[in-house]
Amino acid sequence: MIKNKFLKKLMKQRQRQLMVIPGMIWLIIFCYIPMVWLIIAFKDYDITKSAMEAPWVGLKHFKEFLGNDRFYLMLRNTVGIGFYKLIVAFPIPIIFALFLNEIRHVKFKKMVQTVSYLPHFIAWPILGGIILSWLGRTGIVNNILMTLGLQDGPIYYIAKPEYFWRIAVISDVWKEMGWNAIIYIAAISGVNPSLYEAAEIDGAGRFQKMWHITVQVIRPTIAILFILAVGNLLNGSNFEQIFVLRNNMNLDASEIIDLYIYNMGIGAGRFSLASAASLVKAVVSLILVLTANVITKKLTEESLL
Amino acid sequence: MKKRAINIKPFDVINTIIMICICFSMIYPFYFCVINSFNDGYDAMKGGIYWWPRVLSIDNYIAVFQNDGLATAFMVTILRTLIATTLHVFFSAMVAYGLCKKDLIGRKTYMMLGIITIFFNGGLIPTFLLINQLGMYNKFIVYIIPTMLNFINVIIFMTFFKQLPIELEESAIVDGAADFRIFFRIILPLSKSVIATIVLFVGVFNWNDYFMGVVYVMDEALRPIQTFLYKIVAENATQALQNQVMGTAGKRVTSQSIKYATMIIAILPVVCSYPFLQKYFVKGLLIGSIKA
Repeated sequence: MIKNKFLKKLMKQRQRQLMVIPGMIWLIIFCYIPMVWLIIAFKDYDITKSAMEAPWVGLKHFKEFLGNDRFYLMLRNTVGIGFYKLIVAFPIPIIFALFLNEIRHVKFKKMVQTVSYLPHFIAWPILGGIILSWLGRTGIVNNILMTLGLQDGPIYYIAKPEYFWRIAVISDVWKEMGWNAIIYIAAISGVNPSLYEAAEIDGAGRFQKMWHITVQVIRPTIAILFILAVGNLLNGSNFEQIFVLRNNMNLDASEIIDLYIYNMGIGAGRFSLASAASLVKAVVSLILVLTANVITKKLTEESLL
Repeated sequence: MKKRAINIKPFDVINTIIMICICFSMIYPFYFCVINSFNDGYDAMKGGIYWWPRVLSIDNYIAVFQNDGLATAFMVTILRTLIATTLHVFFSAMVAYGLCKKDLIGRKTYMMLGIITIFFNGGLIPTFLLINQLGMYNKFIVYIIPTMLNFINVIIFMTFFKQLPIELEESAIVDGAADFRIFFRIILPLSKSVIATIVLFVGVFNWNDYFMGVVYVMDEALRPIQTFLYKIVAENATQALQNQVMGTAGKRVTSQSIKYATMIIAILPVVCSYPFLQKYFVKGLLIGSIKA
């Protein structure tokens, strides 16, 4: 009887089920099956057999990845670029939003905001093209620095590992500053104007208002985005960007774990080894986000989990 | 009338100047590409073109349009963007509309299934293997099917659908059997703003993506323009472009100047559309970030 009733209900809503179920099938095929296939990290997979048939080899591939000569270099680059971006690229949109908020001319403010999104919409190969030609020996950067007398001869920046992190961070800030500021600008626009008026009566200056009112109001937003940013720290090195900017000469500073995964997996066909590397990366990411959650909770009483 | 004191403080002046500098730094790189793309190729090699073209020429653009390889690449990009974006929007909106129905059997399970995929994924290698196994490798369809859904966009759609007045649907029929008709006739026409948001997000992704073209496609005829540019920029495949340029007889162009023209054409559709969709995507981004 109950079964019958259930079927009847299901029949009645068959159309809405038909709307959802194809989506769920898509999710299972394109999201869940790949997750399950990560078990090939513990197996010796080759492309002729299915993932299930491949023989188990335990931690062999993990040992190979962790024992790699360049493992520490890759870890340093991945964490280093991610961390560098976290401390530089995370606060800059907040500062930008705060100062943009101080512009009183509404049209000018809108215009600045619109322009600041522009780089976000440009693909990395194009930005990479611009960056490479600007940083070239006869590029605009060398020309300016030499004209100003800050530099004796041309430096081929993109070929020098010591400059690579800086190039990655600056270009990332430039590309995403305006976009990442959107959330803060929206949060700031929610501040009750009477708070400012009250503060003005109390004689608060501009920076005092900024710090004691605006920053305090957007603090929860900052905290949540900070946790997300830390969880994303290892992806913060941004594969799409590094993939365009790296070259054989700057590899010591640009080889990140993702690049290894790509080279081993897609390049060399060693899928098991590449999967092991991506699992290691996922575990480190998880540890980072949990730590960030604990720290932010202590500091601001905000938490994600 | 209340008198407003207009007193401009030094802070305002400095702040405005800083903002102008920021705007300049955002726009100038593109302006630089524009003037270089309108300059005679050989003349540009001497360098020093910073403010306006020295020897005005539209040869670079003519060369791009006459070039078969580049024309194909642009065609691939346009086709994949149109098809993938349209399908993505319909598919996500449909799933979202179904998931909005409170009486939907299995709704909680469906939501869980979806939300998990926002935070976890198999990553590059298993996805690559899957696409191989599905026989999509090196086929145009690889740009379409694997990008058809993104659960964050489903959630953005859901948030929008939930705030639509219920009477609209009640006035249609309360029976679940008419869902498809209500969805296409009533809901979609009312959802222009959220559709605009998702079209922009997904459209820009499809237009700008170069990585799928690197990983999943071997055939040069299936390469989108961004992958083409990537090959030139990162893998230093200037030779390929050089050969292409050789084919364009009688034009004073170089691989560098053609590169600038190609970049400008690739940027243009995005740059022309985003300012108009601004008010929509700001909202969409906020919903997406709050839920995620």
